[in-house]
Amino acid sequence: MAAHIELRNVSKSYGEGNDRVEVLRNINLIIEEGEFVAIVGFSGSGKTTLIKLISGLEFPDEGEVLYKGKPVTGPSLDRGVIFQNYSLLPWLNVRNNVGMAVKEKFKKWTKSEVGSHVEKYVDMVSLSHAINKLPKALSGGMRQRVSVTRALSLSPDVILMDEPLSALDALTRGTLQDEILNIWSKDKKTALLITNDVDEGIYMADRIIPLRPGPKATLGPEFVVNIERPRDKTELNNNDNFKKLRNSILDYLIKIGAERSAKLTKEYKLPDLKPILKTKLLQGTRA
Amino acid sequence: MKDKSINLLNFIGLGIFEPVIRLASGEEVKKNLSQLMKSVLFPILSIFLFLLLWHTGANALYNTEKEFKIETARSSGGEAAVTAELARIETGESSINSLPSPVAVIGAFKTLIADHKEISAKKSAFLEKTAVMNEKREAQGLAPITYTGRPSFIDQVLTSLKTVFAGFFLALFLAVPIGMILGLSETLRSSFNWLIQIFKPVSPVVWFLLVYMIVKSLTLTYDGDVSFIISFIAVGLCAMWATLVNTTLGVSSVDQDYINVAKVLNLSVGQKVFKIVLPSAFPLIFTGLRITVSVAWMVLIAIELLSQSPGLGTFVWEEFQNGANDSNAKIIAAMFVIGLIGFLLDRLMFSVQKLMTFTEA
Repeated sequence: MAAHIELRNVSKSYGEGNDRVEVLRNINLIIEEGEFVAIVGFSGSGKTTLIKLISGLEFPDEGEVLYKGKPVTGPSLDRGVIFQNYSLLPWLNVRNNVGMAVKEKFKKWTKSEVGSHVEKYVDMVSLSHAINKLPKALSGGMRQRVSVTRALSLSPDVILMDEPLSALDALTRGTLQDEILNIWSKDKKTALLITNDVDEGIYMADRIIPLRPGPKATLGPEFVVNIERPRDKTELNNNDNFKKLRNSILDYLIKIGAERSAKLTKEYKLPDLKPILKTKLLQGTRA
Repeated sequence: MKDKSINLLNFIGLGIFEPVIRLASGEEVKKNLSQLMKSVLFPILSIFLFLLLWHTGANALYNTEKEFKIETARSSGGEAAVTAELARIETGESSINSLPSPVAVIGAFKTLIADHKEISAKKSAFLEKTAVMNEKREAQGLAPITYTGRPSFIDQVLTSLKTVFAGFFLALFLAVPIGMILGLSETLRSSFNWLIQIFKPVSPVVWFLLVYMIVKSLTLTYDGDVSFIISFIAVGLCAMWATLVNTTLGVSSVDQDYINVAKVLNLSVGQKVFKIVLPSAFPLIFTGLRITVSVAWMVLIAIELLSQSPGLGTFVWEEFQNGANDSNAKIIAAMFVIGLIGFLLDRLMFSVQKLMTFTEA
């Protein structure tokens, strides 16, 4: 059986001519059904591009993106996307933002069926009290919860998350992580989480794959998270497995980070000048 | 109650009166009083200052013209002629058509209202008289007798409003769909860009003449109100450009995030246009429509003047040609009415705009 999602030698560039930047190069990735994979990387390393390729918003220049063994030809409601910047429609309230998506997926449903489905999912992220509010009246965390709800209410086979929690404060982040895990564990969907937070990755995922910084980003060696679910955040801190894993991932990231900054170091030729110091004045004040 | 009335005031664009309501409920007296000073008292003072300047200016102009007349009389006929000229000026026989003073304008306004009452009384009397006759004529298959008397000032204001609304809706139904189509297709946008840029700055007078040329030929056998048709089409064509350009811009510059949402949800083209593109372009479209209303009202006067449609433009032109003693005062009175209606139309559009558009977080 084919893997649920497979990327074969995928490369992607933006721009033309001299401005052409190869963002991703030779990405190979296999995600099995029901797996929760986290991709950890520095900002600007091409993580969002990776999500766009898998969701079908963009297409690779070279290589193939396969979904259930078939090439991805465009976005599909089977692959729900949670965007980094929420992307809620500001003229629709929470109910309609989610409802519009539900209506699209379940075209034969009646109005009341759509309504109760929306309410059920909004309730899951405890936003029932704000269901008739416009996005502008919601806080960042609440907006991201709506965005999560919108993606999950479609019951997609795959959830693609593009740094969904990176703009939130630590507390909201924790609750939302649990909410996402809750919904994910209920029907064991395939999930791909992109994050810049190693702890978040270990807490949520089965496998962690670092993305080496772009341009020409490639995937690093994978780290398997062998910690049993359900995981407890407070206990995790004392878990030896967790500590070891965390340290090795961080070590790896720091190492490739150092490589990158070493590569970027450019020698600047300084002009042969010496500053004129007002030495007399300085001496004067000293005395 | 208090909050409701404040919201209502803000909604209709009269938020400056918010402190009055807050004061009435005894809230933060000092702060609200100073707020009230700033937003209401000073504007009123500035109006008084304006009236004062106007009054002195008008007097000075009047005296200049009067002295010129007296000097002319003196040089031609000596002191006797001066006394005669002064008497003629006193009776209004020798009229001084200078800038009228505010008092004269208020007087002219009262005359216009009285005139309106008189005319509407005549009109209803006429209708009463002809009601029976018209029934008979209808039974015989003849056209009814209609009132053909002079329209009153209020009638002319209403005609102008009718024309401006007809022109506005013409602009709306032309500019928004065309703007959407142009906004969606880059090829069409660049194909028509030159034409739009050329037509946009054309003067209202020329638009009127163009519409006149076309409509005249098309309505040779039509015996309805051709001048109304010509003027509302010309008004619409003059005023539609702001909406057209804004709609095109709004539709062509939809946030990529919203487009991504549409793509991820697999929306069809129609849904994408009506559920994502159009709503996100609403703020710009309604800004354009607000400009369109102002422009329509502004060009209306010139166009009515040319088309002889019995509106405010015709009123102003006829009074100018008339040259009676109070003609200038009537023109200034009409100017204020025009300004005030323009202001109210803008407030109206402002409320509609607020109702129809979202605010970004």
